[in-house]
Amino acid sequence: MSETTYVQLLDLACGVFLLAAVLILWRRQLSAIVRLFTIQATALAGLVAVLAVHQHDTELGAVAVGILLLRAVLLPLLVRRALEASGEARETQPLVNVTASLLAAAVLALLAYAVTQPVVRLSPSPATHAVPVAVTVVLLGFFVLVTRRRALSQLAGFLLLDNGITAAAFLTTAGVPVVVELGVSFDVLLAVLVLQVLTSRMRAVFGSTDLDELRELHD
Amino acid sequence: MIILVLAPIVLPALAGLAYAAVGWQRRTAWLGALAAAGVLASGIALAVVVTRTHPRTGLGGLLRADALSAYMVIVIGAIAVLAMAASPAYLAGELASGHTDARATRRYGILTQAFIAAMNTAVLAASLGVLWAAIEATTILTAFLVGHRHTRGSVEAAWKYVVVCSVGIALAFLGIVLLNYAAVHTGLPATHAMDWTSLTANAHALDPGVTRMAVALLVLGFGTKTGLAPMHAWLPDAHSQAPAPVSALMSGVLLSVAFYAILRVKVISDAALGGGFARTLLLIVALASITLAAALLLAQRDYKRMLAYHSIEHMGLIALGAAAGSQLAIAAVLLHILGHGLAKAVLFLSSGHLHQALGSSHIHAVRDLAGRAPLLAGTFGVGLLALLGLPPFSLFASELGMFRAGFAAGLGWAVTLALASMLVIFAAVAAHAGDMLLGSRDQPPTATATATATATTVPLRLPSTAAAALIAGLGVCAVLGITAWPLQALLHAAALAAGGT
Repeated sequence: MSETTYVQLLDLACGVFLLAAVLILWRRQLSAIVRLFTIQATALAGLVAVLAVHQHDTELGAVAVGILLLRAVLLPLLVRRALEASGEARETQPLVNVTASLLAAAVLALLAYAVTQPVVRLSPSPATHAVPVAVTVVLLGFFVLVTRRRALSQLAGFLLLDNGITAAAFLTTAGVPVVVELGVSFDVLLAVLVLQVLTSRMRAVFGSTDLDELRELHD
Repeated sequence: MIILVLAPIVLPALAGLAYAAVGWQRRTAWLGALAAAGVLASGIALAVVVTRTHPRTGLGGLLRADALSAYMVIVIGAIAVLAMAASPAYLAGELASGHTDARATRRYGILTQAFIAAMNTAVLAASLGVLWAAIEATTILTAFLVGHRHTRGSVEAAWKYVVVCSVGIALAFLGIVLLNYAAVHTGLPATHAMDWTSLTANAHALDPGVTRMAVALLVLGFGTKTGLAPMHAWLPDAHSQAPAPVSALMSGVLLSVAFYAILRVKVISDAALGGGFARTLLLIVALASITLAAALLLAQRDYKRMLAYHSIEHMGLIALGAAAGSQLAIAAVLLHILGHGLAKAVLFLSSGHLHQALGSSHIHAVRDLAGRAPLLAGTFGVGLLALLGLPPFSLFASELGMFRAGFAAGLGWAVTLALASMLVIFAAVAAHAGDMLLGSRDQPPTATATATATATTVPLRLPSTAAAALIAGLGVCAVLGITAWPLQALLHAAALAAGGT
């Protein structure tokens, strides 16, 4: 692969990755959010695959396949199942409306570019120049987490955050050691499983998955 | 020697497997306590070995035990023995009142043992990555223990707990990614870039800009799990809803295990960025935690939440001690971790029996405890005295040590602020405790208290097996306050490993 195709493919993957995150802010239909999440995870796997081909690293190629299976197949499946169990299709009342959310996304992107300057400066390369994109996705995930009121939207926010961090890991150093990578993937899978079970329990006990209902414990 | 490094992880794992196979029965109920005693014994043996010779590694370099790790294994073992020895009596009460069944007790056995194994993995990890995975595993393992009662309160607490802690720990992972990036650029091989030893050795070469971001994220992330303000929101809910022995483990050791991660990060930060950066971060969270705990303890009406906020205060104190950073300060921090763990475990276990008998965790539901159940009132009252930092308990000695070190490090203003908040906490907790232990029963109890008090079948008393464990815990705490000689050499070596200068 020539250097220009590498950079173009890398930027394409990062572009799709970021766009999917922004569209998750825009859509309120929970099933659309799950579809966008699948697209984003595929872009992430593509990103890792591009890096693997560029570095002629077969191990990294295997990691890309693993990411595709876990994040683009298994996790959306689990979330979709939780969605069916909860019987709710829409994010009804986000704390911040869509227009303001998109404006906030722009501000968060600027913030991400500002804070990641030291990272880019340490070793300027096409990959590290894309780190701000990954950090933007982390911040967007955080934003979704704090402004959405449905249990499943929060779950999506958590997964978005996690995708952003994974992207940052591969863009900076082609990933952390394999043992850690395995541990991380396993933990994320289990966390999503736990949250899925809790969502159905929440529906059984509260009758809905509206997090505003969670007012039992306070001071 | 490798067996000593593996035993603290393997023993509870085996006990967990045994519970998975045969369930929680009369004859298996003590298995957990046995495994915990094994953890404590191997922790002590490990401490003797590593302080006399050199740190040990195991499992192809994934595990490493130095004096600090060995000390943390002893802390985990000691509090696990307390919690597991009190578990049979507690679960018997839960079964008698119909709050739990055979399936849930089997799950309790499996999850608590796996939880102890995960904490031991965290403190014995040779690298930041393995430590991270183990700490995240504790969140997942305890999620269903927090939500075990299936009530509105416990589902809510479990949800908040998993979401807040997973997000916090995810941010810590971003910190790890950045630190890994900086470390690889110092020329470390990628497979060992996260090991404590190589990171510390190469810390001076780390890029300051990237390391600063990484350290801030790591303190924020592990601070969430430590329950430091402003990331504490999950703690009072989770600790008040979990079964009492699990609360004891979570409040007594899990918080400190997360703080252990911060201590390790601080060593790297001090070498790469100078002492000022980590100190500023720790001072901010320490003072925020202590002040917040004081404000929320004043009007607290729930005794389990009162204990939870008290944990936030003590984690703040520990952070303050770590900010001082001298060897005396770190030794005092480590002693405080053990003393707080023991006292808090005793209190949560006592409050578990209170809750079982009264069916309410409202302070007003408890009146004249000293007259109705003198033994329970004794362990609860004496535990509170220990926790408030009164002599002869070890918390008095460790708080004194931390404050002295604080003044010596030029943090007199911060120590004074902390002391002012502690005075408020002392007054608030003493008033609540007076109500609970001595308050006359003639005062009109609240509506919820009367409604639930009649519905329970568990008598208000402390079962003898649990009482023995609780009194032993308080006894150890008092002995350590009078003389820390059994721990002196270990505390000294551990403080050195934690970068005390």
